[in-house]
Amino acid sequence: MWVLLLLPFVGLLWVPFYNFAEPSLFGFPFFYWYQLAWVPISSLLIWLVYRRRTPDETP
Amino acid sequence: MADQIEWVSLSVFIFFFALVTVMGFFAARWKAGPVSEHLDEWGLGGRQFGTWITWFLVGGDFYTAYTVIAVPALVYAVGAYGFFALPYTIIVYPFVFAVMPLLWKVAHANGHVTAADVVQGIYGSRGLELAVATTGMVATMPYIALQLIGMGVVIKTMGLTGEWPIVLAFIVLALYTYSSGLRAPALIAFVKDIMIYIVVLVAVVVVPSKLGGYGAVFAAAGDAFAAKGGATGLTLKPAQMLPYASLALGSALAAFMYPHTLTGIFASKSADTIRKNAVLLPAYTLLLGLIALLGYMAYAAHIKVDTPNDVVPALFKTLFPSWFAGFAFSAIAIGALVPAAVMSIGAANLFTRNVWKSYVNPGISHAGEAAVAKIASLGVKVGALAFILFLPTQYALDLQLLGGLWILQTFPALVFGLFTRWFRAEGLLLGWAAGIGWGSWTAWSNGLKPLASIDLGGVSYVFYVGLGALVLNIVVAAIATVIVGLILPNRQSAPARS
Repeated sequence: MWVLLLLPFVGLLWVPFYNFAEPSLFGFPFFYWYQLAWVPISSLLIWLVYRRRTPDETP
Repeated sequence: MADQIEWVSLSVFIFFFALVTVMGFFAARWKAGPVSEHLDEWGLGGRQFGTWITWFLVGGDFYTAYTVIAVPALVYAVGAYGFFALPYTIIVYPFVFAVMPLLWKVAHANGHVTAADVVQGIYGSRGLELAVATTGMVATMPYIALQLIGMGVVIKTMGLTGEWPIVLAFIVLALYTYSSGLRAPALIAFVKDIMIYIVVLVAVVVVPSKLGGYGAVFAAAGDAFAAKGGATGLTLKPAQMLPYASLALGSALAAFMYPHTLTGIFASKSADTIRKNAVLLPAYTLLLGLIALLGYMAYAAHIKVDTPNDVVPALFKTLFPSWFAGFAFSAIAIGALVPAAVMSIGAANLFTRNVWKSYVNPGISHAGEAAVAKIASLGVKVGALAFILFLPTQYALDLQLLGGLWILQTFPALVFGLFTRWFRAEGLLLGWAAGIGWGSWTAWSNGLKPLASIDLGGVSYVFYVGLGALVLNIVVAAIATVIVGLILPNRQSAPARS
């Protein structure tokens, strides 16, 4: 599961993946909506890992 | 443009400023605790902040007022390249999720208040402790100064001239931080963050509808960049891709090494609080991405400014009624108070625990620690204020840039020890020195640009100098660890980790 945490790094740090204007969405060039889309995606990925981890011993 | 005083804006501004001032002083009684009796109370708010308070507090002090001014300013000036703040503030959260709960556990189990405490606890090295503490304090000062700059920009837009409004605002801030400690910014962060959310959500809906939609906004900015030429545009030039990615990665690794962000971590109630926040904090990143677009909206609105930093205030002043502009300016100015308060508290904690307690008065009581920290927080703020009043603004900007590169060099000392005891303190100290030395020298000799270049096989690669310095830091630390291990095979016993 922890490997999911690496996906945002891959998706965002390899810039040639997304450095273009088309296809645009709601007037946003691809470069912008692609990166903005990673915000909820990363949140979701972290939440998935959070749910599957074994809980802490009580502090 | 700062010719006449905007009374309506200014009245709204003064109302909100007065409101948070009252809250700041009231905060000492909030979540009752004896603020002056223990540094955990003054400096960490009693280590009791749950998910929501932590969300507001860390959101309020990580996404600073300066960000609200500077990111759109950079986007306005250069286009796509200025957006590196977006990937940076996304990838920081998987890192926070994986590492910060471990750091919290070590700190909580041993009563550590600062990063340097944790390092001293793991390695038992006074030298490494001092290196981490000094780096934290030095990197924080110019950061506080930048918050003042952010505040100054909006105050100027409302027509107030001279330095006294900032001085006054800062005295008020210093006083309630002194009396309430971390509880003050934690409480004020609620107001600040809600105001910023309102401002940005209104702006990203209303502004494009006035300007003909997002398509028109991007088109106007694209035309402006085409006319401007150079390394600007709506997408990155090929030569900008590696700088963009390395700035994002380096900034993300540095972000939670700063005393102010770590203070938010250490003040949390549990490791789970931090994990939940790694899921929830990206909401602010969405906000930041939208704020960055204000830089493009300025082109569509035909805003003309003397310096890019005026873009956001000028946009609000032009497109909104003055009461809403006043609300927006209050949000930005209050947005400066929260991080400035947390930064001064973080630096004061470092001074108290890792300089005063370690070198001046090892037998200090808990109440004594709180007293020293309160005074130190005043000293830090006066220092930042003097910085702004007496030195050129550019110094603060340059030093903040260097500060990011310096604080990143504390990463191996603080983070590696959470996972492995292989590295030795001597190695980490040497790596820290190498990273700081090479990084500062490289940035300095490039005219304080954050980029360095390296030639490999005839191709020149340009990257963020801080990240290069971190790689050097780790390599030196590893080599030195091996060499010290050969000379002194018997590792001197460090205090055991719990």
